[in-house]
Amino acid sequence: MKYRNNKMIKSLVLKSLLIFGLVSICGCETDEEQSVVNNFTTNLVMQDEFDIDGPLNSAIWNFDIGDGTAQGIPGWGNNELQYYTDRPENVIIENGFLLITANREDFNGSQFTSARIQTEGKFEQRFGRFEARMRLPFGQGMWPAFWMLGNDENGAIIWPQRGEIDIMEYRGQNPTEVLGSVHGPGFAGGESITKSFFIEDDRFDTGFHVYGIEWGPDFINYYVDDVLYNQITPDDVPDGGEWVFNERPFHILINLAVGGDFVGNPNEETIFPQTMLVDYVRIYENTNEQN
Amino acid sequence: MKKYIKLQFILLLSFGITVFSGCERSFSDDVEFATFPANGDVFIDNFSAGLDFFPFVDAGADPEAFSVVTDEVFSGSSAMRFDVPSFGNGFVGATFNTTANRDLSGFDALTFYARASQAASIDAIGFGIDGETNNRFQVTYNGLNVSTRWEKYVIPIPDATQLIAETGLFWLAEGASFEGDEGGYALFFDEIKFERLGTVAQPSPSIFEGQTVTEQTFTGSNITVTGLTQTFNLSTGENVTVTAAPSYYNFMSSDIEVAQVSELGEVTVVGEGTAEITALLGGVLAGGSLEIVSGGGLEPAPTPTLPQANVRSIFSDAYVNDTESNFTPGFGGSTTETTMTSANGDAVLSYANNNFTGIIFENTVDASALTFLHIDIFVQEPGVQVGLQIRDIGANQMIETDVNNGFPIGDDVDFRFDLTGLAVGQWTSIDIPLGGDLITQRNNLGALILVGGPDFLLDNIYFFTE
Repeated sequence: MKYRNNKMIKSLVLKSLLIFGLVSICGCETDEEQSVVNNFTTNLVMQDEFDIDGPLNSAIWNFDIGDGTAQGIPGWGNNELQYYTDRPENVIIENGFLLITANREDFNGSQFTSARIQTEGKFEQRFGRFEARMRLPFGQGMWPAFWMLGNDENGAIIWPQRGEIDIMEYRGQNPTEVLGSVHGPGFAGGESITKSFFIEDDRFDTGFHVYGIEWGPDFINYYVDDVLYNQITPDDVPDGGEWVFNERPFHILINLAVGGDFVGNPNEETIFPQTMLVDYVRIYENTNEQN
Repeated sequence: MKKYIKLQFILLLSFGITVFSGCERSFSDDVEFATFPANGDVFIDNFSAGLDFFPFVDAGADPEAFSVVTDEVFSGSSAMRFDVPSFGNGFVGATFNTTANRDLSGFDALTFYARASQAASIDAIGFGIDGETNNRFQVTYNGLNVSTRWEKYVIPIPDATQLIAETGLFWLAEGASFEGDEGGYALFFDEIKFERLGTVAQPSPSIFEGQTVTEQTFTGSNITVTGLTQTFNLSTGENVTVTAAPSYYNFMSSDIEVAQVSELGEVTVVGEGTAEITALLGGVLAGGSLEIVSGGGLEPAPTPTLPQANVRSIFSDAYVNDTESNFTPGFGGSTTETTMTSANGDAVLSYANNNFTGIIFENTVDASALTFLHIDIFVQEPGVQVGLQIRDIGANQMIETDVNNGFPIGDDVDFRFDLTGLAVGQWTSIDIPLGGDLITQRNNLGALILVGGPDFLLDNIYFFTE
């Protein structure tokens, strides 16, 4: 494990040099695909560039609707305040971006509306690279997330046994910090294995950044843009816990929650509406057998 | 072989140059380049280049209260120290300006470390004091809370692109403004500088504190846009609001046939109709607006005809004032907005949203030989009535009022009269007899109290005898 880690870092330096070279040659152009560095040999298997204005591509995405009550988890298990809808006011593609917008409005008994999309039953994958380029909202109580849940075999496996990989979570009141976490048996909810990444001289609500993981047998690497900031392995699982990230495929979720235990509720200074923009979601598989 | 390598190297270099020059856009002839140094340092371990200390001596600040110390620093060898006097002993106030202009357009905030010998709230702190430009780009943060530990503070720049030739780099004013306000303590500053933090974001400017204000006006009226603020979200997630000088804004009128607005936010009503005044700051539309509802030209009030000898005047273009007066006494709980406007060049008093206010005479008026108060009033809506109280404040020259019922106590007396049955759209002249308790005591008239309305104009306020 340590050996691989070293290799990654070396490879990071190498790739950084390469990227630097690329920029120098391109000169005026900013290459928005900030490839991160790894020993993956990757093959793009699924992408949504959100290039066609209007509704989402239903061949890839499902909507989760409501306040969680119908799913048996009112407040989506975290005392969140929003009611998720599939209305264009909450979720739409415009100018090449997916817009997920949280509004302050009375709606079906909730004070806020927003949207949550996922690929369950339409796209699932075990291992690979999963990344999205996004611009985040800001303000107390805003909780956007790009994350994954393990296949639950039609409800036979319940959370946290199914596994959860949070590629990116963020609190609107902390505009320079994102978190990457995993939840599983023995390390769920407040006990998750997590690490924060702080951006220097910048913030996450003023520009686009790439949030991703490289996931393989017994490891998940977290990166923002070209910075690899964490690796989680079975060594990090506490005694009695179980690494549940080797056996099943996971599907993707993107949502913007309002309030709840993780972030705290909005206050009078929180400005609505708040929108998270997604430029693309790209999923790669790893074809390098060494992993 | 050596030569060949060199040639390759040169070729490589020239390739790089070609690529980079390929990105360049040519500047138009209109472009003026900022030529002043982009030095953001104010006070690091000493006064930065060209910086000098200008205490607000004329306003009563103590120039001796400032010193550079070496025994209490955040970093390096020295820091600034201000000794804030106790209540009643003045205040500390100064601006730190450079002799040479600085280009601050590349920064997004003024930052510094500060601590105090006791927890304190600094009345006003910021930058942009510059006598030569009439404080064109002044920024003020009011009520900065400073603790006894060294902490970093961030004063955001409302719109840095405008700050290309600045001299006012730092200013503050702090004193004990009432008994019990903190005073008699020391305030320390260190590492004062302009920085590009990259995290000063989400600008949210306002005019009129973000409120939508409506003003009933007339041609010739002047109204100044107030409540100018800029709010940014900092890396801490905290929103910080500063007061910004009007020159940071671009003001706009929706109808320049009705109202025009200067770059200082001074609105001049030029015609009949409605116009909306809005503003941009750094390209962002400010919250808040002013709706001008202009009735066109306002007829002046009837010109008084009595000779000056029969009159002791409070407010009239026709007479010499008997005393100056305070038309905006700022009574606690008052919602009144009082402005001086004009009707064809004749000054009139405009009251809006009045619940209660007053006209406080700077010197009392001896009306022993006089019998009436004259007042001209103009209303634009039916049903407006104003309660008028003429107050004699007695020999002790103090307004004494029962706070529970508003009636005069001590040696004060008053006479109350309601201005009612007012015709809409024209001036009504009213002569009020100095009756009631004023029959026996009117040699120390000190105030007129105005209750209700809420919107009306007044002119030609004077005491007289026929």
